[in-house]
Amino acid sequence: MNISKETLDKVALSEKEYHLIVQQLGREPSEVELGMFGSLWSEHCGYKHSKPLLKLLPSRGKHVVVELGEENAGAVDIGDGQVVVMKMESHNHPSAIEPYQGAATGVGGIVRDVFTMGARPIALLNSLRFGPLTEARNRYLFNGVVGGIAGYGNCLGIPNIGGEVVFAPCYSANPLVNALCLGIAKKDKLVRAKASGAGNLLMLVGADTGRDGIYGASGLASRTFEAEQELRPTVQVGNPFLEKLLMEACLELAQTDWIEGMQDLGAAGLTSAAVESVAKGGGGVELDVLKVPRREGGMTPYEIMLSESQERMLLIVKKGYEDRVKSLLDRWELNSDIIGQVTDSGLAVVKEGEEIVARASVNLLVSPPLYWRRAKKPAWLKRLQSWDARTIPELAPKQCNSTLLRLLASPNIASKDWVYRQYDHQVMANSVVLPGSDAAVLRIKGTKKGISLTTDGNGRYCYLDPYLGGAIVVAEAARNLVCSGAEPLAITDCLNFGNPERDDVYYQLKECIRGIARACRELRIPVISGNVSLYNETKGEAIYPTPVVGMAGIIGDINRYCTMSFKAEGDVVFLLGNPLMAADSYQLTAINGLGGSEYLELVHGLVEGRPSINLDLERRVQRCCIEAIKQGLVKSAHDCSEGGLAVAVAESCVAGNIGFKGEDWKVVGRLDSTFFGEHQSRIVVSISLDSVSELNKIAKRWQIPLTWLGEVGGKRLAIEGYIDLSLAEIGRTWQDGLKDKY
Amino acid sequence: MAVSFYRHCFYCDMKFGVIVFPGTWSDRDCYYALYDVLGQGVNYIWHKETQLSNYDCIILPGGFSYGDYLRVGAIARFCPIMMAVERFAYDGGLVIGICNGFQILCEAGLLPGVLLPSSHLQYRCQWVNLRVESNYSLFTSKCKKGQVLKIPISHYEGNYYADEATLEGMEASGQIVFRYSTPSGEITEEANPNGSLHNIAGIVNREGNVLGMMPHPERACEPLLGSVDGNLIWESIIEYLQRNSG
Repeated sequence: MNISKETLDKVALSEKEYHLIVQQLGREPSEVELGMFGSLWSEHCGYKHSKPLLKLLPSRGKHVVVELGEENAGAVDIGDGQVVVMKMESHNHPSAIEPYQGAATGVGGIVRDVFTMGARPIALLNSLRFGPLTEARNRYLFNGVVGGIAGYGNCLGIPNIGGEVVFAPCYSANPLVNALCLGIAKKDKLVRAKASGAGNLLMLVGADTGRDGIYGASGLASRTFEAEQELRPTVQVGNPFLEKLLMEACLELAQTDWIEGMQDLGAAGLTSAAVESVAKGGGGVELDVLKVPRREGGMTPYEIMLSESQERMLLIVKKGYEDRVKSLLDRWELNSDIIGQVTDSGLAVVKEGEEIVARASVNLLVSPPLYWRRAKKPAWLKRLQSWDARTIPELAPKQCNSTLLRLLASPNIASKDWVYRQYDHQVMANSVVLPGSDAAVLRIKGTKKGISLTTDGNGRYCYLDPYLGGAIVVAEAARNLVCSGAEPLAITDCLNFGNPERDDVYYQLKECIRGIARACRELRIPVISGNVSLYNETKGEAIYPTPVVGMAGIIGDINRYCTMSFKAEGDVVFLLGNPLMAADSYQLTAINGLGGSEYLELVHGLVEGRPSINLDLERRVQRCCIEAIKQGLVKSAHDCSEGGLAVAVAESCVAGNIGFKGEDWKVVGRLDSTFFGEHQSRIVVSISLDSVSELNKIAKRWQIPLTWLGEVGGKRLAIEGYIDLSLAEIGRTWQDGLKDKY
Repeated sequence: MAVSFYRHCFYCDMKFGVIVFPGTWSDRDCYYALYDVLGQGVNYIWHKETQLSNYDCIILPGGFSYGDYLRVGAIARFCPIMMAVERFAYDGGLVIGICNGFQILCEAGLLPGVLLPSSHLQYRCQWVNLRVESNYSLFTSKCKKGQVLKIPISHYEGNYYADEATLEGMEASGQIVFRYSTPSGEITEEANPNGSLHNIAGIVNREGNVLGMMPHPERACEPLLGSVDGNLIWESIIEYLQRNSG
C-alpha cells in the first residue's frame, strides 16, 4: 500500500478503514473514490461512533409518520390530513471559523431538509452557545452568528420564533449553532429522498458548483478546532434569495407527480445526495461530472463530487417528465441540468465524459464500520459530584435582593430581546406567542389548532451528570411546552460533544443518550430526527456535553394557549410540584437544587454538585398543569429553571408588567436553595381566586404538591422578609443584562 | 382563528392584486388578510405580467425582491409589471406598497424620498405604535386623526429620507400619513425604530392614491395575533372603493 497518512488524514479515514475499503473493492481506491468514502464514512454522514448509541432512542409513536433516520427530517401526524416535519442540525464548526456565513448556511441547510420533503417551512428556532462576551473573539462570534441567522432567515420569509442563547467559558472559540426548522405538509404529499426506477433522471437544480466547502463533512466536522483557522476559505457562502426561489419551486414540484424523489445537497455535496438517495431506492446511479454546471474552471471530478456549494437540489425526475419539470424551474429562473440517471446495477458510477473516475458498490459506500466503545465513568466526575453544599456560606436574608438582581442580569437569564428583535418572527402571520416566553406558539391556518415549539439544553447539568442531565433536558423542554398549553408531540435533537475517541467524552455521549431515552419513554415522546456534532474541542478541552432538544407540541384549541406573564390584580399564585425545601434535607447535594445551578456558578464560581430529577413526579406535574390549562383555570404558567423560583416569579412579573406579593413563606432550609435552587418539576401558575378549589382537585388527582406562594398585584416584587424590589428595577436589570455585558 | 366574518356579508367583493416578485414573502400574508379575514377578492400577479386589468387596488408586498443585494427595490422597479403599475397609478388606481413594496415605489419614483438602512444598522422586527396624521387620506378614512395604531415592523432599510424642500412640501400638503409614536401618541426619538426623518412611517403621493408604509398592516388583522389595527387601513380602502364603484 502506498497511501500516505497525510492523504488519509485529509479525508479523515483511519488506516484500518482504508484497508477495509481495499479489501472490499479488491483494489486500491481511486482519488475520487477515496474522497467519497471519506465523506460518507465520516461521523457527519455515517454516524460511525454514534449510530449504535442512537438506537437507544425511542423512535416510534402512534403519530410518527417518518421515523428517525428514515429521511431528511422526521414527520408526525397532527390530524386534519396534515403532518409536521421537523429537524434540528448543528453548524458549529463552520460558525467557529466564519460566524456569519457559517450560521447563515446552517439555516439554509436545515430549511432545505424540510422543504425537500414537500413541507412548507413555517418556523425556525436556534439554540446558540458562546463563550463569555467579555472576550472580543466571543463578541465577534456572537454578533456574526446572530447576523447570519437574521440575514438568511429574514430573506426567506420564515419566522424565527425563538430558541435559546447560553454563555459559558467552555464554548469560547467553539460556539454551538443549532438550527431547527419545522414545516407543514399534507400527509399524502410527502416527498421521499428516494431514487428508484432505473432510467429515471438525476436533475441538479440551483446554484452552480464551486470549490467552497470541500472537506466540510470529513474535514471540518471531524476535526478539532485549532486546525481550522486556515480552513476559513472553505466555508460555504449562502445565497438566501436563491434558496427562496428553490423553496418555492420545490414546493410546487411536490404537488405534481413528475418526480420520484428530492434530496438536497448538504454535507458531502453531490456524493451523499446521489449515493444516499439511491441507497434508499435500492438501485444504482451513474452520473457525469462534466454535466454539472461549475462556477469556476479547472475543477477536478474530486472537487465536483465533494463541493458543498449551497442552494443545490437533486431531483429524481420520472423519465418523460423532464421537460415539464424544467419549464417549472425556468419560471422560477432556476438553472437545471440532467447529470445522470438511476440504474439497477447497485453501483455508484462517476464519469468524467467517457472516462470512469469512480465505481463502487452503493451498499459499501453507505455502510461505514460502526464503533462501539466501552464507556467508563471518569474519576474527575466523581470528585465534582461529591460536592457538599456546606462548603459555601449560607445566604443572609438581606442578600436576597442583590442576589436576585445579579441573577436577572446574568446573560444566561437576562432578556434576549437584542437577539430576537433582529429576526423576523411574525412573517406568515401565525405567531401567537413571540420569542421570550417558555415556548413559542403558532396557529395553524384553517384549523383550530396551534403548534408550540421550544429548544432546550443545559451543558452544565450534563457535564455534572450526563445521564440525569440528558433526562432533565427532555423534561424541561416538555415542561416548557406544557406551560404554553401544548401536548408534547415529538423531539428532534442535536448532540454536541467532544472527541468520542476519548473515553470520558464517549462516556458522556452514551450516558446523555441513555438519559434522553429514559425521559422520552417516561414522558412518551418519540425522537423523530436529529444530528450529531462531535469533535467540539479546542486545545484538547472538550465543550460541556451539550445535547440540545427541540420539541414540538400541539394545542388542540388555539384560544386556550397560555403564557408566562402574570395577568391581573388579585390572582393567586401557586407552585405546582416540588415544594419548598424541608429543614433536614437541604444539605444533601442531590436535592438542594444548588448543584450545577446558575447561582452556584455566578455567585460562588463553582460548577460542581449534580442536578436531580424524579421523572415520575415530572410526568404528573406536567399532566396536572396541562389539564388545568385545558380546563381554562390557568392564567399564567411558567417553568422554574435557571435561577430557580425567585427568578421565575420575577420573569412572570416583568412579562405581565405587574407585581407580586408573597407572604408567610415558611422558609426552613437554606435561603439560596429556596430562592435560587434549580429544583426540577416545578411550575409557577397564577389563577383567579375562584379557581382554587378546582386546581386543588386536579393536583390531588395527580398527587402532586401544591404550594401557595402569594398574590399578583401592585408594582413591586415582594416576598416578606426577604425580597422587596420595584418592578421597574427588576425590569430594567433583566432587559439590560445582555446589553451591559456587550 | 381567522373567521371570514365579512365574507358575503355587507361588503361586495373588491378585486385586489398582490404582486409577486422573486423574493417576495408578504404576498401570502396579504392574500390571507384580504381573502380569509376580510372576504375580498384577491389574485396573485406574477412580476413578468404586463397588464393590470380589472383590479381595484394593487398591493406591492414585503420581502427581499431579487434578494435586495443591490439597493433595496432597485431591480424590482424594472420588472415588466412595474410599467403596468405606473400606468395604473397615473390613471388614479389605488396602489399600496408595504415594506419592500414601499422601497420599490420610491425607487420607481411613484413616491418621493428613499429608505436608508436603519440608523442602528440592524434588522428590527417589533411592534410599533403609529400615529395617524390625517384621516383625510382614503387609506385612513376609518381612523380618527391622532389615533394610535399598533402594527409590527420588520425591516433593515426603513429609515425614510428626503431633502428638506421635499419634506416641507409633504408636510404642507398632508402627505405624511403615519408617524412612529409612543403608545400615547407622542412623537419622540425613542419611539422611532429606525431613524426616519420626522418619524415618518408612511406617506402618500401628492394625488393621494399611492400609499407607502414600512409597517405590516397584514400582520395586524386578527385578535389572536395581538392587534386588529391593520384592518382599519384595509377597511378604509374597501369603503372608498365601494363608494366609487356604484
